[in-house]
Order: sequence, then C-alpha cells, then structure tokens
Amino acid sequence: MNALGSHRRHPAAIVILLLLGLVATGGLYSLLAPRPAQAAVAAADDVTAGHQLFLANCATCHGISGQGGKIGPSLVGVGAAAVDFQVGTGRMPAAGPALPQVPRGKQVMFTNQEIANMAAYVATLGAGPAIPDSRYTQGDGNIARGNELFKVNCAMCHNFAGSGGALTRGKYAPNLRNATGKHIYEAMVTGSQSMPVFNDQNLSPTDKNDIISYLHDLDKNKNPGGLSLGNLGPVSEGMFVWIVGLGLMIGAAVWLGSKAA
Amino acid sequence: MSEHGTESAGEHVSQPGTALRLEQGQVEGAGNSEGQVGIPDRFSNPGLPPHVSRSADLDEVAAHRAERQVATLFGISMVATLTFLVAYFAIDQRTYQFIPGIGQASLSNIVLGVSLGVSLLCIGLGAVHWAKTLMPDTEVTEDRHPQRSSDEARHETVETLEAGGRASQLGRRPMIKYMLGGALGLFALPLVVQLAGSLGPLPKADLATTFWRRGMRLMRDPEMTPIKASDVTLGSVFHVLPEGIDKSHDVLEEKAKAAVILVSLPPAVIRVPRERDWGHDGIVAYSKICTHVGCPVGLYEHRTHHLLCPCHQSTFDVANDCEVIFGPAHRPLPQLKITVDAKGYLVADAPFLQPVGPSYWER
Repeated sequence: MNALGSHRRHPAAIVILLLLGLVATGGLYSLLAPRPAQAAVAAADDVTAGHQLFLANCATCHGISGQGGKIGPSLVGVGAAAVDFQVGTGRMPAAGPALPQVPRGKQVMFTNQEIANMAAYVATLGAGPAIPDSRYTQGDGNIARGNELFKVNCAMCHNFAGSGGALTRGKYAPNLRNATGKHIYEAMVTGSQSMPVFNDQNLSPTDKNDIISYLHDLDKNKNPGGLSLGNLGPVSEGMFVWIVGLGLMIGAAVWLGSKAA
Repeated sequence: MSEHGTESAGEHVSQPGTALRLEQGQVEGAGNSEGQVGIPDRFSNPGLPPHVSRSADLDEVAAHRAERQVATLFGISMVATLTFLVAYFAIDQRTYQFIPGIGQASLSNIVLGVSLGVSLLCIGLGAVHWAKTLMPDTEVTEDRHPQRSSDEARHETVETLEAGGRASQLGRRPMIKYMLGGALGLFALPLVVQLAGSLGPLPKADLATTFWRRGMRLMRDPEMTPIKASDVTLGSVFHVLPEGIDKSHDVLEEKAKAAVILVSLPPAVIRVPRERDWGHDGIVAYSKICTHVGCPVGLYEHRTHHLLCPCHQSTFDVANDCEVIFGPAHRPLPQLKITVDAKGYLVADAPFLQPVGPSYWER
C-alpha cells in the first residue's frame, strides 16, 4: 500500500478528515447559499427604486405603505436618517421581532446606492430627519467640548468612553467603537430603539460634530498605559488587580515564608 | 463521670511531666504543691521539631551558587537603575511604541516604570534570598525575664513621689489645687470647641430646598442656554439646570440638588392628571437626583418611558408620575412644575414642593 494508506489508522487521521469535511461543507455553502432579495431595478428614479426595495425587504414587517403592524413599527415620519442608520449599520432588515432589542447586524445587506434609494422612499412617507450634511460628520470639531457634551448627555448609558452599558430587562446601549460620523449623527437625531431623540435644537450640528470628534479620538486609543481593558473602569481593572495583582502578592508571601532548599 | 476508652476505664490522675492520650478518659489534675486539685500548672514541653539543614549549610558548592544568585539579583537591580537614569533623559515623552501584550503605550511610561520597579524589587529579592540561603537559620529561644521590678525599687519610687508631693506644698495649699484644676480643665475647652466648631455650618433648610425659584428659566447643561418649548420634540431628553446656578455661592452643592431631567411624552400616554398639568404639552420635568442614594437618574428609555438609575437600578415610570417600578428607591422622583414664558422659553412655575433626593432624618 502507499504511504498515505499506511497511515490510515493514525490518531490524527480522524481530525484531518473532519477538517476536510468542514472545509468542503463551508465551501459548498458559500457557493450555493441564497443571497438576500435584490429587487430588479427597472426604473431610474431613486424613490421608485427605493419603493421596490422596500416592498421586497421591509414590507413584511413594516407594512405595504410603511404604516407598521404587529411586528414592526410605523415608518411614517422616521425620515431618511433613520433608514440610513438602521440599514447602514446592519440592524435592518432584522431577522425577526427580537426581544429585548434588535442587535447590530453582522453585515450590511445592501449597497450604498440601495440604502440611499430606500432612504429616499421612506422620506416621502412623512417629514422626518434628513441625512446629515457631511460638514458636520467629519469629526474635526472640538474634542474637549465633545467630551463635556458626551459626559452630560451620553455617558450615563454608553459609558464615559463609549464602551456601552446595560439598560433594563436585557436592553443595552451599544459600544460606540469605530462608528462612522454619519451614523453617530443619525442615531442621535432619530433616537433608535431605547435611545432618546437629540434633535438639532438640543445638540446643534456643531455640538454633534464635537461629540463625533471625541468618539473618533477615543478610537485612536492613545492610552499611555497601553491596555485600556475595555474602558470599563473598576470592573475590568478590579478583575485584573484581584486575579493578577493579588495572585502575585500571595505568591510572594508564600515564597517569603518558605524555607530554602 | 463518663467512662471512655477501651483499655483504661475511669479517671486518671495526671503526673506532672507525662502526656495523656486522648482516649484515656477525663483528666483530673494532680494539682500544685499545696495539694489543690486542678489542671497541672506545667505541661511537658514537646521541644522543637528536628532541624533540617539547607543545602548551602552542608555543601560549599551550593553556598557559592547561592552567593552568585544573590550577586546576580543585585546586579540586575543596578542595571535597571542605570536604565532608568538613561531613559529619563533619552526617551521623548510623546513616543508611543507597540509592546506585545499591551498594545500601543507610552514608551517613557513603560520603561521608567518597569526599570524602577525591577531595581527596587531585585534589591528586596536579593536580600531575602541571601537571608534564606546563607544567613543562619537555627532556631533560637529568647527567655522572657520577669517584668516586675524589685521590691526595693518599688518602695523607692513611692517614697520619691510622696516626697515630691510634700515639697510642692499642694496638700497644704488648697487654693492652688483648685485654681490649677480650673485652669487646666478650662484649657481643654478651646481645643474641643475648635474641633466641634470646624465640623462645618449647620445645614438648616438646605436639605429641603433647592436653587429653583418661580420664573427661573430651564437651561441646557452644560451650555447654559435656555430651552424653547418648540425645541422639545417628541421623545427628546434635555438635561437641565436652573438659570444662574453657575454664579451661585456653592455651585457644586447647588447643582447636586437642582439637576432636572426634561422629557417629552405624548400627552395621552401620561396617566396622572397632575403630571400633565404640571408639564407643558407633554413636556415634563423631574428631579434627576435619585430618591435612593442620590445618583443622577439619566438613563431614559423612550419607548417604554422608563427612567433608570445606573447605580442601583431603581426604575421610575415617567408616564405614571415617576412611580418606582423596580429597585431600592422608595419614593417617586419629585416633579418640577413648568410653563412657558412670553417668549416661548420653558420656565419653572414653582420651586420643588418636596425635598429632592434621598431620605434624611427629618423627612
């Protein structure tokens, strides 16, 4: 028999076979898996294209004309900003009515043009916040002022460094790491799920740009100490001290008291 | 008298100097030399465990090795100290460097900290290792000598004190005695008065009142700009302080009581008529200070209109006059009556009608 055959009873053979099986299954899935519904765009008009995408992907939960129903809320008056935020971060289309809240999706299901089309359509359902001017989403504002505003308005739910936090009954305020300026602005102006609305009269566009600047500065993570341990404050730092610090001290105490060889 | 044991029944009288086994039954002491019965006043001394020698005591090679180890530890300490001195001047404080396991960190921080820590640690480690391996480790007993002074010394002390007392004529002169007592006793008072007096001003009505007065405008925190009623759209949350609080005498103490959260609900959702009356078109203002221990209650979930305190998770239902629906708080948050002024800005129509924040004795 050949060299491979003589090793057929090797203990690693079963592991290698399993790996081959997994690779084969995964490869077949990626080739044959169904893709998300793409409406055939016949019309050139953005709103009509958005309407068709809406009917194909959103109408089951949100109603044929966006009026809402048992599964999904009404989209009348949510504005283009809400669509751009929800679909652009992958939260929508949601797999189903998720309790306690719809999580951020693992991937964005639509191209930027499709999202813009859907946003244009939903904007026609009722007057609502528009997609923000890119001047105010650059993150080139005053970082210190952004920190001050963030501390008062946002830090109680999202943590002082935007690491996220818990709300009641399983709801949570998500981690804000690596969020684009446009999505941060839109989330503030539309008030997604449990988040309240911070309209442009409450926090002006410049204020919002300052907050975006603060969050982007945190993303660069210039911690002098290196590891920020998730910016969770005493929780993660305490765990480190109790496990590593106290462990080392107990070890030192044991060594001090033991007799030499 | 209970009888235990299998081989020996009844009580045993213990002899001084012999140990009893546990199964030998109840101990009746042999007593002391006067014949009094009780537990013996001396137990036999079991002595120290047998001494175990260290390798450095027995073997010269091992002793040399221990010496080299101690010397190495001190040498590492010296190297680390020199590293510190060089790094202090050489490394620019703005340099960030990737360090495996830590990430991007300030290089100056890390090098200075580690080198200084290692230098001090190795001095200690070297000293301890030297003591453990090379210094003598035989057990030594130190007798405790009796502390009672000799009778002669005691007698002399008493005599000296009595002589001093007679020489001061204190016994013959009662007026001196009383006036001395008065002067010394009274002198304790300034010390006590200063201690008690510097505990701070009395709170008077501070716990029951806040900075809010009728007609004060509601200002955004931290910008301190006034809020128009038309700015407050449905689902909005504003964090509010009274106008003029940043110019007050004790800014922080006032802010800690006067913080208010302004929330906009659909009027139909509000279940308590008084809450609707004290608000303006669905815009209601509540004290932000939790009635449990005083944390700011800022986490508003606008779909369920629940207000959550992050410290101990007291949850207040804003649609039901901030009634406590979960958590350790016992009282709902007090509401601030608001209205609009002629220009459309939101103003307080009355101060808080009950004390804000946690309970206190008189509340």
